[in-house]
Amino acid sequence: MDRVNRIPILKLGHLLLVSIQVDMHDRMALALQEDLAERIAETGARGVLIDISGLEFIDSFIGRMLSDIAGIARVLDADTVVVGMRPVVAITLVDLGLTLPGVRTALTVERGMAMLPAPTVDEDPGDEEAETAGP
Amino acid sequence: MSEGLSVIQAVLREQRTELLDAWVQAQLAAPGVRTDLISESELRVESDRFLTALAIAVTESSTADTSGPAWDAIREQLTNLSRTRATRGFTPTETATFVFSFKEPLFGKLPDGAAIWAATQLIDNLGLFTAEAYLRTREDVIRRQQDELIELSTPVVKLWQGVVALPLIGTLDSARTQVVMESLLQKIVETDSAIAIIDITGVPTVDTMVAQHLLKAVTAARLMGADCIISGIRPLIAQTIVHLGLDLSEVTTKSSLADAVTVALERTGHQIVRRKAPVATAE
Repeated sequence: MDRVNRIPILKLGHLLLVSIQVDMHDRMALALQEDLAERIAETGARGVLIDISGLEFIDSFIGRMLSDIAGIARVLDADTVVVGMRPVVAITLVDLGLTLPGVRTALTVERGMAMLPAPTVDEDPGDEEAETAGP
Repeated sequence: MSEGLSVIQAVLREQRTELLDAWVQAQLAAPGVRTDLISESELRVESDRFLTALAIAVTESSTADTSGPAWDAIREQLTNLSRTRATRGFTPTETATFVFSFKEPLFGKLPDGAAIWAATQLIDNLGLFTAEAYLRTREDVIRRQQDELIELSTPVVKLWQGVVALPLIGTLDSARTQVVMESLLQKIVETDSAIAIIDITGVPTVDTMVAQHLLKAVTAARLMGADCIISGIRPLIAQTIVHLGLDLSEVTTKSSLADAVTVALERTGHQIVRRKAPVATAE
């Protein structure tokens, strides 16, 4: 799969941030799922924040992909929050019967961040693998 | 058939003025005439226009089937007539009588036989069309009012920073749920509210459909990241919900809006305290 079609995953302390700004096709969604699983395992991330405020529509495949990501992250001991879903998208999902069970949601990135463990870059007493970047 | 029509056509052409006079006289002399709603001159203009349009239609058309393109002009005229009469307060009968009353003067001029049959068919069709057009106008009015009602009955109010409320009044059907849901979700985004209270005090009954619609709105709000509280559940409705076996366990429910507001404020980190004793017992 070519690089241009990948959604960037940003690391912020113990959090991974994903902002989906383009309408995803199925391959892109699968790639994102794989990349996220790898990055969570690699970085030992404690939380994943997915911003979908740029998405105009979500079909059943993308909806299931969001559920799957939450499930995968949970197995890898990370919380997932989906933020910024538009009203039209929410209505479409409900009409499709997709209620995204197990996915936590928030209105804005700010509120979503508040639901996840603080993204401290400093050492975390509970996590031995954390880089000691503090002074 | 076409023979009958050609006779009518000839009568309309040759004895137009007499026909018009006789018809207007007949309309004015009819027992149910509404001179309070329409003037004689107006009636004469309308009758005259009808005769002109009829004469053209009869010339162009070969059958008494009034749905053909030759009858477009006369149908349009009758539609307009029905519309004005409907808004002025004419009854459907009074409106259709305009066309039916033309039978008497017309039949007087026609020879017995095919022409009479053709004329009967023609005027019946046009009369029925007028009645239908009248009903259509009324239906339009009803539909418009329904739309307005839906718009009016779905106000989403901001109760506090981060808390919106939707007081529902009246029955919930799918069309209304859609509007309600859209305006609720829109308001949640606009006000950045993490809590929405849906108050169903004004909903007369809750059946499985209404419950399903409510849960749909709750789920959509949850997908966007807002929690819903359903309040205003009357004892009777609580019983219905349990008897129907509806599962509202995933939603916070409160009996009154006041309780819901308290919960909402608690969740947003506020606390309600009384700083003074009530006035009555203060002294």
